[in-house]
Amino acid sequence: MYSEKVCEHFRNPRNVGNIENADGVGKVGNPTCGDVMVMYLKIDDDVITDAKFETFGCAAAIATSSMSTELIIGKTVDEALRITNKTVAEALDGLPPIKMHCSVLAEDAIKAAIDDYRSKVKSPMAKATK
Amino acid sequence: MIYLDYNATTPTDKRVVEAMIPFYTEQFGNPSSLYTAGQEAKRAVDQARKKVADLIHASEKEIIFTSGGTESDNLVLRGVARAQKKKGNHIIISSIEHHAVLNTAKALENEGYSVTYLLVNENGQVDPQDLKRAIRPETILVSIMHANNESGVMEPIRELAVIAHERGVLFHTDAVQTVGKLPIDVADLGVDFLSASAHKFYGPKGIGFLYAKKGVRFTPQVVGGSHEGGKRAGTENVPAIVGLGVAVEIAATEQKEEMIRGRKLRDDFEEALLSAIPEVRIVSRGVERLYNTSLVLVKYVEGESMLLYLDFEGIAVSTGSACSSSSLEPSHVLLSCGYPEEAAHGSIRFSLGKFTTSYHLKKVLIVFPPIVEKLRKMSPLRDVYSYPPQAD
Ligand code: FES
Repeated sequence: MYSEKVCEHFRNPRNVGNIENADGVGKVGNPTCGDVMVMYLKIDDDVITDAKFETFGCAAAIATSSMSTELIIGKTVDEALRITNKTVAEALDGLPPIKMHCSVLAEDAIKAAIDDYRSKVKSPMAKATK
Repeated sequence: MIYLDYNATTPTDKRVVEAMIPFYTEQFGNPSSLYTAGQEAKRAVDQARKKVADLIHASEKEIIFTSGGTESDNLVLRGVARAQKKKGNHIIISSIEHHAVLNTAKALENEGYSVTYLLVNENGQVDPQDLKRAIRPETILVSIMHANNESGVMEPIRELAVIAHERGVLFHTDAVQTVGKLPIDVADLGVDFLSASAHKFYGPKGIGFLYAKKGVRFTPQVVGGSHEGGKRAGTENVPAIVGLGVAVEIAATEQKEEMIRGRKLRDDFEEALLSAIPEVRIVSRGVERLYNTSLVLVKYVEGESMLLYLDFEGIAVSTGSACSSSSLEPSHVLLSCGYPEEAAHGSIRFSLGKFTTSYHLKKVLIVFPPIVEKLRKMSPLRDVYSYPPQAD
């Protein structure tokens, strides 16, 4: 039911774990099945220099987490925001229709992490400590 | 492949397949035909019916061949609902029934029947007192499964049937997981109806039966010719019925030994598993369970992921995780037993069978702990949920 690419990312997920003192952290839950994903970003001058994830979910959720970290590392925050769940699913050679909702989790986690980063940058306190 | 999903289905015994083949080729007659070939087929069907009746200590007239457990369950629930409409419109089932019963009851609810879903206690069992309280004057049928397919927990059928009968209510048990695995005596169980399926005990798929006690009234659901005593129309699936008969015969002779061997394998496996992986639970471990079933909850890890990693190692199991179900809903059995959704998410069922060896289980014990460790490292969940108490 899964493509070879999904299986490969599921077996050998990239960028698993967390980042200490991450610049942005996004934690989202999957409303459909109740799964959880956390995305950690290291951002320098609006460029994502590192990304890591933790996921409690199915193979599709793990593979999309892994693939999206690969896709966003090196991108600017704005570029990363343009990555949709469809982009991620396509990069994995597709997902079964019933598993598309899992890829939304990755998109949402990236957005949440960037939101978190932006809210920190905007607050002067955060700037002062930087 | 190391197959550990015998509660889902079993390989068809070679002796069964061999007995079936002639009924596709040379002895293909229709049992309704009067010439010799037809009568030979009829004899084969009658013989199989006798074997099935003997296995559960019933009489031949009380056995109706169906396409399997689901059809048997549908036939009882819908058939009794229609036949007893004048008497009442209330049906009682448990909340942990197989979907074949659960969704048939729901369909009847949509048609205007009223259904009570009995909850189970922390052991996963229906409390007879709850049944007592739930029966109303308009109750026409109680349907409680013999053993649960996910946890293997045995329900107190004898006691429950007595309670139903005291109030003049018919009692059905879905025995799909127990027929073939355990000795069954319908009189001793005290049930009016019992459903079973051949492919759960090394028979072919697409065939099963319903035991309906002499004299009980229910309306046929498949209407046509007068097959199966007018209770289920359609030309008999002769090869499959013959196969069912052989599977029954084999079960009757080999079951006793398998009960002892299987239980030892399962118990040893559970003990080793508990010491190999921290923070796991075996559901209803201290409760009377089917000897072949082990429902394991692994904290912080999702079931489909475990299942697929095990599949990569050539091990076939199942899970109650929402992610792997087509409805994206977690196992209703675990939720009914008071487990949180996350627990159902992390469930893996091992169900053993007669081709399972201790070597197979050793392999599982080698590959499974690192899989759990790998997935736990990926998981953001820590200490976020606890399980309800249980006696081990
Ligand atoms: S994360 Fe639950 S189905 Fe994919």
